[in-house]
Amino acid sequence: MAAERGPLPQEARAAWMLLAPGLAAILVLFLVPIAAGFFLSLTDFDIYALGDIDTVRFVGLRNYANLLRDPLLWKAMRNTALFLFAGGPLTLCVALSAALLLHSRAARLKGLFRTIFFAPYVTTLVAVAVVFRYLYHPRFGLIDRGLALFGISPIDWLGDPRWAMPAIILLAVWKNFGYATILLVAGLQAIPESLYEAARIDGANAWQVLRKVTLPLLAPTLLFLGVITTIGYFQFFAEPYVMTDGGKPLNATLSVGLLMYKAGFRWWSMGYAASVAFVLFAVVLALTSIQFALQRRSET
Amino acid sequence: MARSTLALTLLLAALAPGVVRCGRAADRRAATSTVRFWGLGREGEVVRDLVPEFERRHPGVRVVVQQIPWTAAHEKLVTAFVGGSAPDLAQLGNTWIPEFAAIGALEPLDARVSASRALAPSAYYQGIWSTNAFDGATYGVPWYVDTRVLFYRPDLLRAAGFAEPPRTWSAWRQAMERIRSRDGGSGYAMLLPTNEWEQLTILGLQRGSTLLDDGGTRGAFGAPAFAGAAEWYASLFHDRLAPVVSYTQLGNPYQEFDRGYFAMWMTGPWNLGEFRRRLPAERQDIWATCPLPAPDGADWPGVSLAGGSSLAIFRASRQKNAAWMLAEYLSEPEVQKRFYELSGDLPARREAWDSEPLAGDAKARAFRIQLSHVEPLPRVPEWEQIAQKLPEDLEAAIRGRQPVPAALKALDADVDRILEKRRWILARAEARRGR
Repeated sequence: MAAERGPLPQEARAAWMLLAPGLAAILVLFLVPIAAGFFLSLTDFDIYALGDIDTVRFVGLRNYANLLRDPLLWKAMRNTALFLFAGGPLTLCVALSAALLLHSRAARLKGLFRTIFFAPYVTTLVAVAVVFRYLYHPRFGLIDRGLALFGISPIDWLGDPRWAMPAIILLAVWKNFGYATILLVAGLQAIPESLYEAARIDGANAWQVLRKVTLPLLAPTLLFLGVITTIGYFQFFAEPYVMTDGGKPLNATLSVGLLMYKAGFRWWSMGYAASVAFVLFAVVLALTSIQFALQRRSET
Repeated sequence: MARSTLALTLLLAALAPGVVRCGRAADRRAATSTVRFWGLGREGEVVRDLVPEFERRHPGVRVVVQQIPWTAAHEKLVTAFVGGSAPDLAQLGNTWIPEFAAIGALEPLDARVSASRALAPSAYYQGIWSTNAFDGATYGVPWYVDTRVLFYRPDLLRAAGFAEPPRTWSAWRQAMERIRSRDGGSGYAMLLPTNEWEQLTILGLQRGSTLLDDGGTRGAFGAPAFAGAAEWYASLFHDRLAPVVSYTQLGNPYQEFDRGYFAMWMTGPWNLGEFRRRLPAERQDIWATCPLPAPDGADWPGVSLAGGSSLAIFRASRQKNAAWMLAEYLSEPEVQKRFYELSGDLPARREAWDSEPLAGDAKARAFRIQLSHVEPLPRVPEWEQIAQKLPEDLEAAIRGRQPVPAALKALDADVDRILEKRRWILARAEARRGR
């Protein structure tokens, strides 16, 4: 091993020059808005400020104090957590099953099924929402018609506070599992065939092969998907926005993202909305750190 | 080449009437203007049918109608104002007027109204007109009106011994109790969806509550006037005269009304059309409307809300004259009547009620009577936010998990917090005037 040495001065200069455009973009497009957003969260910028900017006051942490006392935040947190902890694992399970099916030797028409699974992911959510609203319709919907065959009385999927959330989770899983499936298929293909052969020679059955060979070698892909899905589902916003008019019924599908949107663009309380954004940021950061820490421990 | 000549000729031909008719100053000024109009929901759709006639009368003016869904309307309007892309003329829910006026988005219309030959405040229901006033100026002209009356089942009321609908709160309550006891326990008497603020607010107004105090800077919900109304309202739920359900939990209210699940419903003009559409022809005589009862018989009919939409001109518009001409056109009694036929929205102009189809419509008559007894909501920019809090904070009291006074105290605290900024701004303005 060669001894560590620092870069030569001219190398360092060249590196900085090459990095400068990228760093400038990050500074202008990420860091400055984040800093501005944080400053905004310490003010009471609201609808009055649109008429007269002089009405903006610096309020310190009062937005955060009010937010933590706001029952809607906790309702939105519960809904988001439900979406995350039910929707996330469900998406990964469905995706893993689909990927294993696609990867198995017995599968036919792999290209076709890959396309079918992936199609929902690239379809506009608004178009999907229109179709699902028909499917979920209590009187004319296909789902309730199907349930009626088994003598189950119609469920008002999107109107009943108890069913609205499961209905939206189902939509999100259907919409998102295709992306995870494609990545998992790629991960499966990267597993050397020789390992499977060795396992078979050792007399491992299919279940043992899955547990001892496939899943451990898929772990990096699963971790990546876990992080992406967590962040994606934590930004849970568009589904209720288009399906339930932003949180109906009775805030049963209100998410933290929607709470922020409503505070900001409905009531125009920008300072308050910014504080919601930073609380959301803190929670996502914490969850992602936990996920990475767990992964690191399992690796060592 | 030949085609472009033809196009030019056609264009000139189209412009010719405008050139010929440019005698009037207003026409000349508007000769090449485009008015951008934002209509909300269904109104934004049907107004397109009214535009051709306007464009025929004002050949120099073109109207571009943009339809905005109600659910996104408020944020789109504010965002458009901030981004400098607000329309020239827009339909605004009349409770939004104070908010848009306070941020300086709207053009005061007083000079135009007093100079107008097409409309005058006296042509409107007074309570409705006053919703457009803010800080001593007028910022909108009423387009259509919305209020709440009582929809009821005459057959069930007759069976309970009431030939006429109740006119006082005590008769009302008695009728509810009889309907409920007659029925044997499966149904209720009255529908008051727990997620709506309108019904309780109306009862409060009827008891003389101002809803807000100190110039609209503090909640007055704990004060005796409103508290009395809230106790009465909550008792309807406690005594099982009204079901504790939100509107969305109800499923199909028309079917439930037909089945007798409830016999009375305090609701608005859109349901005139809905009941006609949704109940079969042979069931059309099971529903009727009447003005609201009052706490005391002498005050009948009790006041209701002065709701509806107004037409307002944005201050940043460069087509204010043309926009005003469109507002005047949409306010003409004949156009208002046509608008009612297209949309079912009740006309704001009183003349439009004097001829068919409205004059002979027995079920719309309750609205006509009620419209002379309407009161505007507090004209503060925060009202929408306060209204949303009302059902949220009252829910526990309705369910009997919290005494009504405690719920009202919590509501006042929430409202005071919402109004904190307003208090500060008014105090600051006061201090500046003093200096």
